[in-house]
Amino acid sequence: MQRIGVFVCWCGSNIAGTVDVVKVAEALKNEPGVVHSANYQYMCSQAGQELIKQAIKEHNLTGIVVCSCSPRMHEQTFRKTAAAAGLNPYMVEIANIREQCSWIHKDMAEGTEKAIVLGRTAIAKVNLNAPLTPGESPVTKRALVIGGGIAGIQTALDIADAGFEVDIVEKKPTIGGKMAQIDKTFPTLDCAACILTPKMVDVAQHEKIKIYSYSEVVDVKGFVGNFDVTIKRKARYVKEDVCTGCGLCTEKCPMKKVPNDFNLGMDNKRAIYIPFAQAVPKVATIDADYCNMLKNGKCGVCAKVCTANAIDYTQKDEFVEEKYGAIVAATGFNPISMDKFDEYAYSQSKDVITSLEFERLMNAAGPTAGKLLRPSDGKHPHTLVFVQCVGSRCASCAEKGKEYCSKICCMYTAKHAMLTRDKYPDTDVYVFYIDVRTPGKQFDEFYRRAVEEYGVHYIKGMVGKVSPEGEKLIVQGSDLIANKQLKIEADLVVLAAAIEPDKSARPLATMLTASMDTNDFFTEAHPKLRPVESPTAGVFLSGACQGPKDFPETVSQAGAAASKVIGLLSKDKLTGNPCVAHSDEMMCNGCSSCEKVCPYGAITYADKEFRGPNRTTLIRRVAQVNEAICQGCGCCTVACPSGAMDLKGFASKQIMAEVDAICK
Amino acid sequence: MQVNEYKPKIVAFCCNWCSYAGADLAGSNRLSYPAEVKVIRVPCSCRVNPMFILRAFQRGADGVILCGCHPGDCHYTSGNYYTRRRMALLFSMLDYLGIEKERTRVEWVSAAEGAKFAATMNDFVQTVTALGENKRLEDLRCKK
Amino acid sequence: MQKITRDALIEKAQTLLDSGVVTRVLGWKKGDFDYDVTPALFTDIESMKKDFVFGDFCGANFSKYLLKETKKIGVEGKVLVFLKSCDTYSFNQLLTEHRFDREKVYAVGIPCDGMVDVNKIKAIVGDGIVSIDDSAEVIKVETLYDGVKELNKADILLERCANCKSRKHVAYDELMGEDGEVIDSNRFDEVEKLEKMSADERFAFWQNELSRCIRCNACRDVCPACTCEKCVFNNPNSGVENKAAANSFEEQMFHIIRAFHVAGRCTDCGECSRVCPQHIPLHLLNRKFIKDINSFYGDYQAGETVGSRAPLTNFTKEDLEPSEAVNREDK
Repeated sequence: MQRIGVFVCWCGSNIAGTVDVVKVAEALKNEPGVVHSANYQYMCSQAGQELIKQAIKEHNLTGIVVCSCSPRMHEQTFRKTAAAAGLNPYMVEIANIREQCSWIHKDMAEGTEKAIVLGRTAIAKVNLNAPLTPGESPVTKRALVIGGGIAGIQTALDIADAGFEVDIVEKKPTIGGKMAQIDKTFPTLDCAACILTPKMVDVAQHEKIKIYSYSEVVDVKGFVGNFDVTIKRKARYVKEDVCTGCGLCTEKCPMKKVPNDFNLGMDNKRAIYIPFAQAVPKVATIDADYCNMLKNGKCGVCAKVCTANAIDYTQKDEFVEEKYGAIVAATGFNPISMDKFDEYAYSQSKDVITSLEFERLMNAAGPTAGKLLRPSDGKHPHTLVFVQCVGSRCASCAEKGKEYCSKICCMYTAKHAMLTRDKYPDTDVYVFYIDVRTPGKQFDEFYRRAVEEYGVHYIKGMVGKVSPEGEKLIVQGSDLIANKQLKIEADLVVLAAAIEPDKSARPLATMLTASMDTNDFFTEAHPKLRPVESPTAGVFLSGACQGPKDFPETVSQAGAAASKVIGLLSKDKLTGNPCVAHSDEMMCNGCSSCEKVCPYGAITYADKEFRGPNRTTLIRRVAQVNEAICQGCGCCTVACPSGAMDLKGFASKQIMAEVDAICK
Repeated sequence: MQVNEYKPKIVAFCCNWCSYAGADLAGSNRLSYPAEVKVIRVPCSCRVNPMFILRAFQRGADGVILCGCHPGDCHYTSGNYYTRRRMALLFSMLDYLGIEKERTRVEWVSAAEGAKFAATMNDFVQTVTALGENKRLEDLRCKK
Repeated sequence: MQKITRDALIEKAQTLLDSGVVTRVLGWKKGDFDYDVTPALFTDIESMKKDFVFGDFCGANFSKYLLKETKKIGVEGKVLVFLKSCDTYSFNQLLTEHRFDREKVYAVGIPCDGMVDVNKIKAIVGDGIVSIDDSAEVIKVETLYDGVKELNKADILLERCANCKSRKHVAYDELMGEDGEVIDSNRFDEVEKLEKMSADERFAFWQNELSRCIRCNACRDVCPACTCEKCVFNNPNSGVENKAAANSFEEQMFHIIRAFHVAGRCTDCGECSRVCPQHIPLHLLNRKFIKDINSFYGDYQAGETVGSRAPLTNFTKEDLEPSEAVNREDK
C-alpha cells in the first residue's frame, strides 16, 4: 500500500477563487492510500516546495498528488521537489484543477466537486505508480555520414571541426556528388567546382575525417549512441594507399570504349579511370565490367605502366565493422529516367537532353570542353527549347512522374537560358513553363534578368510533342497566355527532369529503421520543429534525401544536421525517458503486431527459452523493447492482442483506475 | 431551483502534446465548458485501448471522447493514424450492436485550438445529455 | 468436385509415414455419435485405420493445433495435417504471426464441398439420432423414434460452408484432387440486413443473442486467431478479467473485445459459430469487422498470403474519420 500525500494549491485566487481548496484537501484525505493532505497558497513557490519536501520525510510518503495547474506547467518542478526529498520523481502525479477546473467553471460548488474528482483520479493513478529510473547508455563519439555529396561533405566538415571523428561512406570512387557535375550555380553564377573542390580538399586533409570511397553501408545494428555498422569496401583493384593519382594508367589502358558516367555517357572513359581531375581521393579505379585483365586475364597494361605498383587484380570486396554514435543520411538525388516520356523524343534523338546533361555540355571539363555543341552532329545549335516540369507536379501521371515540385528546375533553367544567351548571342532560347517559382534570395531578380536583359522567351504552357525531322526537332506546344498553338523548329531540346531520391535510400532506410514518405524521401521527426532529425533517434538527415533542395538550402541543412550530431556526441551518456513500453515475455506471442506499428523501430524479437511442462524447455519468440529508442507513445500496447505490451507511467491498469475514479 | 437535473458523465482522453495542451489553452482563455467533462492525459491518442472506452461505459460513463493531434501532426509521427483506424472500426461495431453512436467521438484538437476544445466539449455534453443516461452499456453491478 | 475418401487420406498418410516424411498425423476421429467428430493425433497407421474418420462432420480447423504440435519437446519429424481450403487461410495467418514452425509441418490440401451442421439436422429430424450415413450426396439419418430420413446436403450445410468464401487452397505442400476458386459469396448479407435495422432493433437482436452466452470460452478456445499465451480475459492485470458474466454488458464487452482483438486477423473460418453451444451467430461480429475493413480500407483477406500487413497495423493518410465510419449512407 502506498503512503500518499495530497497537496492542494490555491494558486493565489486562480484556483481558490472558484474551488474550495480546504474542502478539496479535506475530502481527499479519506481516499485510499492517502495519509497526509494539505493546502497552500503557492505550491510551486520555494515555501510550497519546502512544505512538500517536509511532508515526504515526515510522513514517509511513497507517492504525492499535487492538485494545481497543468502538469505541462509544473510537473517537472514537483518531480524535482520529490527527488530532492528522496522520493522517486515518477511517484508524482498532478491533478489539473486550474486550467481544466477553476478557470473554466464559475460556480464554486461545481468547481469544488470537479476538483475532488480530479484529485481522486490522480490518487487512483498514483496508487499504481511504480518508481521509474531512466536508462543510461554510453555514446560512441564518432559519426557516420552516408553520402559524399555537398550535403555529406558540409555535415562531415562541421562535425569534424567540432572535434569529433567522422567517417564518410560514398558509393562512387570519389566524393563530390552532383555538385561536381554542375557547371555554374544560381543566382550568383560562380562556378560549382571553384567552391566545391576546396571543400573536398578540406575533407581529404582533415585529420578527423576518414573517407570510405567506392563503399556502401550493408548493415546497421544498434541504436542511438551505439550503432554497429558494416561497410563494404568494393574492390577497386587499385591499392588506395599506394596509388599516387598520376593518371598514367588511365591514358595507357587500351579499353577506350567505356561510357563515362560522370559525363552521363556523352563520352567515353577507359576501363581504369579517375572520374575527374579534382577527385578525392585521387585514386584510379578499375571498372570490372570492362577490364580485359579481370574478365579474361589478357592485358595487364595498367600494372605495367604503374610506377607505384598500385594495381592489384586480386583485390576482393572488404567488409569493415565500425561503431558510431550518430548516423547522417545524405544520399542525395538523381534525375528521373526519361524512358516513360517518349512524347519528348528523348530516346529517339540525341539532341533531346536532360538539364544535367546540359550542365556537362556547358562545363569546361565536360565532353565538349565547354562548347555548346549538339550531341548528334557536333554542330552549334541556334534554337534551344527548354521544357520545365518534365515529370514534376505530375499528379495525373503518377505512374510516370512525381506529384511534387522538384523545386530547383525553375532556377537552373533560368540559369541555362541566361548562360546560353550570354555565351552565344546568336541563339534563340525558349522556355516552356507551368509556373515560374522563384522564392529565394535574389531568385526572382535572377529570373527577371533572364527575361529582360537576356531576352529569353518564356512561354506559359506545356510542350505536347517533340518530333525529330531531319536535323531539326519540331516542338509543338501551347502558349496559354496568347491562347495559341506553337510550332518551334529547334536544334536542341533540354528537359528539366524531375528529381527523385537516390535508389540506395530505400534499403538504407530499412537498415536504419528510419521512415520514408511515399516518394522515398526520408521523413523528419517533425516537419517544422525537427526538420533534420529522423524519427529514429540518432539518425539525422542532410540534403536532398529529405526533399528537393538547392545548394544554399542543402548546405544550411547539412550544418543543422551537424549541430544536432555534435549535440549528441558531446554527451558522455544518454539518459532515456523512463516512460517507455515494456513487454511481458511470459505473455508475448511474438506475433509482430507491435513491431509493425512502432514508428521508431524500437521493437525486436528474440527466441528465448522458457520452462515447459515436465522440466522441459520451450523456445518462444518474444518482443523486446529497446528503451533507448522507444519514445513512449504506447501505440504498441493497443496493437498487442495479448496485453503483453504495456507502457510504464501510463500502464493500462493506471488508466483504467483513472477511468473508474471518474465514473465512480 | 432545478431538482435532479441530469448530469452526464463524460470521459475525455487527451493526448499530451496537442489536445491536452488545447484543453489547457481553453482554460487559460477562460473558455467555459461543462464540469461533467473529466480529462485523462495519455501520451498519444494511440495509447487509448478500446478496452478503456468499454471500461468507462461499463463503469457508468455516458459518453467517451477521444482527442488527439490532427492527422499528420502527431508528435510520434503516426500514432493518430492508427487511432483513426481503430476507432473507426470500434465505433462502427458499437453502432452495429445498437449502441447510440453519439456516445463516442474522436476529435482532432491542436494545442492552438483552445476554442475548438471548449466548443467540442460543449457540443458533446449537449448531445450526450439529450440522449440521457447510458442504460445500454452501464454495468449495474458497478453502480452504487 | 471429386469427393475425397477416407481411404485415400489413410493411403496418403501411410505413404508419408512409411517414407519418413512425417512422424504423426493430425486427423479426425469419431466421438460418441457419428456427428461429434473430434480432432485426434495418430502416430501409427494401425490406429489410423481403426479410428480415423473423414466425412461431412470433419469441420474442425486443424491450423491452431499446429501450435502445440510443433512445440512438442523430444518429438522428431514433421506432423501431417489435412487442410480444407478455409483452413489454409488460418494456416497462413498463423505463419504471418510466427506462431508455429513451418518446417515441422507437412500440409496436405484436401478438397471440400462443405461440412454439415448437426443442429440443422436436429431441427429437421428431432432428437434421438442413432446414426448418420454421409457417404452420398443424400444423407441418411436414423433416429430412435422416426426410422431413417433422407436429407439433402445443401439444406444442412454449416453456415460457413453455405457461404463458403474460397475453395482455393492458399497453402500446402501437396494438394489432393483439384484446387478450387475464390468464391464471390453472400457472406455479408446477414451483416447488411442487421445494418439496415434501426439501432433499437439491433440492440434487441444482440441482447437476445448475447444474453444466451454462458462464457464457456469455446469460441475463444477454438479460434485460430486467439492464440495468446495468456488471454486478457484470464489475466487479472488486464482490467477485463472475469470468468462468468454478471449481466448482459459483460457479454457484450467480452464479445466486442474478442472480435476487436482478432479484427484484421480473422480469416472468417467460422469455427466460433460452429462450436458455440448456445448457437450465437458470432461470425456476424467478425464479419462486420471484415466488411468494414473491406469498405473502409480496401479488400483484405487475412491469411491470403504469408507476411501481409493487417489493416489495424497499417494506415494511409487519407483514411476515413471515425465519424464518417458510423454515419455512412451505404454501410
